Amino acid sequence: MENEIKLTKLASCAGCGAKVGAGTLTEILDKLPTLHDPRLIVGFDKSDDASVYIINDELALVQTLDFFPPIVDDPYMFGQIAATNALSDIYAMGGEPKLAMNIMCVTKQMSKDTIYAILRGGYEKAFEAGAIITGGHTIEDIEPKYGLSVSGFVHPQKVLKNSTAREGDVLILTKPLGIGILTTAAKADMVEPSVLNRVYEQMATLNKTARDIMVKYDIHSCTDITGFALIGHSYEMAQGSNLTVHLDSHSVPFIPEAYALAEMGMIPAGAYRNRDYAEQGVTVSKNVSVAMQDIMYDPQTSGGLLMAVNEKDATRLFNELKDSIEHVAIIGHVTKRGQSGIVID
Amino acid sequence: MLDARGRSCPEPVIILKKAMISQENSYEILVDNKTALENVTRYAEHNGYQVAFTQSNDDFTMILTKKQAGI
Repeated sequence: MENEIKLTKLASCAGCGAKVGAGTLTEILDKLPTLHDPRLIVGFDKSDDASVYIINDELALVQTLDFFPPIVDDPYMFGQIAATNALSDIYAMGGEPKLAMNIMCVTKQMSKDTIYAILRGGYEKAFEAGAIITGGHTIEDIEPKYGLSVSGFVHPQKVLKNSTAREGDVLILTKPLGIGILTTAAKADMVEPSVLNRVYEQMATLNKTARDIMVKYDIHSCTDITGFALIGHSYEMAQGSNLTVHLDSHSVPFIPEAYALAEMGMIPAGAYRNRDYAEQGVTVSKNVSVAMQDIMYDPQTSGGLLMAVNEKDATRLFNELKDSIEHVAIIGHVTKRGQSGIVID
Repeated sequence: MLDARGRSCPEPVIILKKAMISQENSYEILVDNKTALENVTRYAEHNGYQVAFTQSNDDFTMILTKKQAGI
């Protein structure tokens, strides 16, 4: 297919790395007026992945929106990744996506074929997720962007917030880290095509399987790992739950090539923003290398689910996830609140 | 003096990487953001250089010096 200009060359930031820092965002959001409605059980007071509104005793509506500039040159793959990433917020709440709408920005240089390919990628992922794209909105911009607004459903008693972990919970992560580092290095042509293809496939893998397995167990809290990185999202879980999250850096899965690239300074600006935001609440053991810390601060695009599961269910859940999700790992646990929100060993 | 001002994420490191082919004992590189400062530091240290820098306004002048063997 004709692909006149490399999509990523039209973008100044890669994927979720384009996200505005958590600290900056909190400052702005705090000043906005909020309406309270008893049916709105998850709003933006706890910076969760999506909002949840109770319709009746059996049904709650879950809504989210996510979009970003191209992280890959192939427009079809970009569409798949952006859609997978947007759908993930519904899964992170324990829900199932049902309806979606496109949100898209196109530049003058983009051909109709390119735009079509992006949309086709989005439609196919929505279809795989069991959701229907019913329309959307497209405007002209200086940089391409694509994503979805997604609505889904969840049982009101089975909503998985990111702020409700409990003491003793075991933490499970379903995708390896390093996406931001690898896509940054890719801009410098420092990543083998075969490695990059693996990275793209990972980003285009729905969190549907992880969610469908997870909901059968006693999960207390869940979030997906995206722009704020493992540490940023874990920190939100720790703060929201008023507990301490312990991460075992030796168990945290990452894409192997990311380590050497981190040592070489192939680290996106978003990783440093995440560190600035969270580091005061983080205690890191001396034997954790700088490269490993960089990986844990690395913003992910379409990352995996981070689940806090009742320790009694942890082994059975992990074993079932392991059967269908290659890199799933038990990465830590939750204790009562200590001095730091996060302790990394 | 290498000038990497106005460059985002991987570019300052790429500029240094290309310059380091000549294997000088020291390099000077000018950057204008903290991401570049940190990334260039990581790359230089990974390649056996010590890093020092001075700041004036938004610019960081970085001086990279090859570590002597045995020290």
